Amino acid sequence: MLKREGQIRIPSGCAISGVMDKKGRPFSGATIINSISVMRERSNGLGGGFAAYGIYPEFKDTTAFHVFFDDKIAQGELENQLKKYFKVIYKEAIPIRRVPSIKNVPIIMRYFVTPKIEKIYQTNLSEEDYIIKFVFNVNTHIEGAFIVSSGKNMGVFKAVGYPEDVGEFYKLETYYGHIWSAHGRFPTNTPGWWGGAHPFNLLNWSVIHNGELSSYGSNREYLKQHGYQCNLQTDTEVVVYLFDLLYRKCNLPLDIVCKVLAPPLWDEINRMPKNKQQLYKSLRAIFGQALLNGPFSIIISTNEGLIALNDRIKLRPLVAAEKGDMLFIASEESAIRAVCYQPDKVWHPRGGEPVIGLVETSIRSNINLKEASS
Amino acid sequence: MKTIEARGMHYRELNNLIRKYYQNGIKKFLLKGVNGQRYIGSGIKGSPHLTIEGTPGNDLAAFSSGISIAIKGNAQDAVGNTMNDGKIVIHGHAGDAVGHSMRGGRIYIKSYAGYRVGIHMKEYQDQIPVIIIGGKAGDFLGEYMAGGVIILLGLDVEKDEELLGSYCGTGMHGGVMYIRGNIPSYKLAKEVKTASTTEEDLDFLKDCLSDYCSIMNLDLNKVMAKPFTKLYPYNKRPYGKLYAY
Repeated sequence: MLKREGQIRIPSGCAISGVMDKKGRPFSGATIINSISVMRERSNGLGGGFAAYGIYPEFKDTTAFHVFFDDKIAQGELENQLKKYFKVIYKEAIPIRRVPSIKNVPIIMRYFVTPKIEKIYQTNLSEEDYIIKFVFNVNTHIEGAFIVSSGKNMGVFKAVGYPEDVGEFYKLETYYGHIWSAHGRFPTNTPGWWGGAHPFNLLNWSVIHNGELSSYGSNREYLKQHGYQCNLQTDTEVVVYLFDLLYRKCNLPLDIVCKVLAPPLWDEINRMPKNKQQLYKSLRAIFGQALLNGPFSIIISTNEGLIALNDRIKLRPLVAAEKGDMLFIASEESAIRAVCYQPDKVWHPRGGEPVIGLVETSIRSNINLKEASS
Repeated sequence: MKTIEARGMHYRELNNLIRKYYQNGIKKFLLKGVNGQRYIGSGIKGSPHLTIEGTPGNDLAAFSSGISIAIKGNAQDAVGNTMNDGKIVIHGHAGDAVGHSMRGGRIYIKSYAGYRVGIHMKEYQDQIPVIIIGGKAGDFLGEYMAGGVIILLGLDVEKDEELLGSYCGTGMHGGVMYIRGNIPSYKLAKEVKTASTTEEDLDFLKDCLSDYCSIMNLDLNKVMAKPFTKLYPYNKRPYGKLYAY
C-alpha cells in the first residue's frame, strides 16, 4: 500500500524552480535538472518531482494519465475502469533507469486516452469535469492506484528522492518541453510518499510549493462546497483546485486569481482609489475562503505559462529573471544562474505580487488590473 | 593570493579549503565560479580577505568575526547572519534578511536589498554594526531592531519604484535608521518615530558614507546633498508591559 501522509500540514523548507520559453520552443529537461540540483541543501531526499509541458506532441489532443500502482491487481482494476469511460489510444510503462537512491519503485504507467462521448452525454458534465470526476474516483476508491497527472501534452514525474536523482530516474534529459517546473521536498514531520511529492496536478494545472498553508482547513471546506475532494491530505493540493475553480470555472483573469489567493492587506486596500477599493473589497467578500494564509512561495504551471506567487509578507524566498524569451523563477538566484549565466534582468518579486509568464500564442491573456478596476 | 576554482564544489569542501590555507598563513583569496555555495567564510575568526566571483549562497559569513569579503556580483539571503565583526561589500543586490541578528561589522550593498534587512541586529558598547544599502529596501526594514545602524540611500530607484517597503521598524526598540529622502508615515510601524538629522548625525553619516562612497566609486557630496530622515524607536522595551498585569 502506498503510504499516505499521516497529518494534514507539512511544514517544509523546499526548493522550487521553473523555466519557460515564451515562444513555445521546446528544450531538454536537462536544464531544469541542472537548476534544481544547485539547491540540494533545501531538500532532504524525501520527495522530488517535475512538471513538463509540450512533451507529447504526437498525442497532444489526448489526456495523458501518469499513474502509480502498488501491484498488478490495482493496475487491472484501473484499466477496467479506464476502458469503461475512455478510449485508450496508447499505453506504456514510463521508461526509467535504475538509480540507487530511488527505492520502493511502484509500477509506473502512462495512458493516452479520450473520453467516450456517449458516457459524457450521460453524465451531463463538461469534458474537464468528466476527467476530474474520474481522477477523484480513482484516487479515493481504487486502493493502490494513484493518478499523478491528467493533462494534455504534459506530464508529472515524481518520486521519493532528491530531485536531480528523480530526473535521472525518469530520463528527463530525453524529453523536450517549452515549460518545466521542479521541486525538491523537505518534509519535516510526515513520511514522504511517492504521491505526496510535488508537483500536484489536476488537468493541465500543476503546482509546486515551498511553505505551509495554515488556511488549509477553510480552503478545503470551500472547495468541498464546489465539488473538489481533498484526498491527498497535504496542504498544497488546495492550490491546484483553487486555480481550477477560479480560472477555469469562474473565468477570472489570471492576475485577479492571484489577488484572490494573496490579496492586499486591509490597510493597503484602504489607501487605494475608490474604484480599486471596490474591486478588492468585492474580491475579499466573494472569495474570502479562497485566501491562502501562511508562508508560501508557489509556482503554478499550465500549457499556457508559469505563474509564481509569494505570500503577502514574503516569508519564503523567490527570485525571477529574464533572458530573451526565457523566463526563470527559483527559490535562489544561483539556481537561475546555473542555467542562465547572464540574465538580462534579475528581480525579487514583492510579497503578493505575481510573476506571470505566458506563452505568446496562449488564447486567454492576462487582463491588466488597471482596466479591470476601471 | 590563493585562487580557488569553486565551480561545482560543495560548500563543505570549499570552506575546509579556505580554513586550511588560512591556518597555513594565506590571507588573501580569490574564489572563482562560485554559485550557490552556502556558509562561505562562516565561523571564521581572524581577518582573511575573500574576493568572490559569482553568486554566493545563503548565510554568507554567518557567525564570522573579522572576515573581509568583496562580492563581484549579487548575494542571496541572510548575508552576515549573526556576524560579530568584519566587512562585506556586495557590488550588486542582496536577498532577504541581510544582517540577520548582526552584532558588529559592516555590510555595504551597491544596489537594492530584499525584505527584513537588519532583522534583530543589536549593539553592545563600541560594537555597533552598520548596514548601508545603495538602492531600495523591501518591507520590514529593521524589524525587531535592537541596536546598530541602517542607512538607506535609494540611489538607483526608478521613478515607478518605491524607496522603501511597508512596516518599516516593526518591533524596533534600539539603534537608528537613516533614510535618504522622505517616507510616507503609513510605511512606518507604530514603534518608530521620525526626526531630522542633527549636526552630530550628519558627521556620523559622513564618516560612514565616505568609506562606502570611495569603495562604490560615488561622489560623497552628491550623496550627502539630499536630506536624510532619522528613524528611532519610541521605547527601549516595547513589550515590557505585555506580561506585567
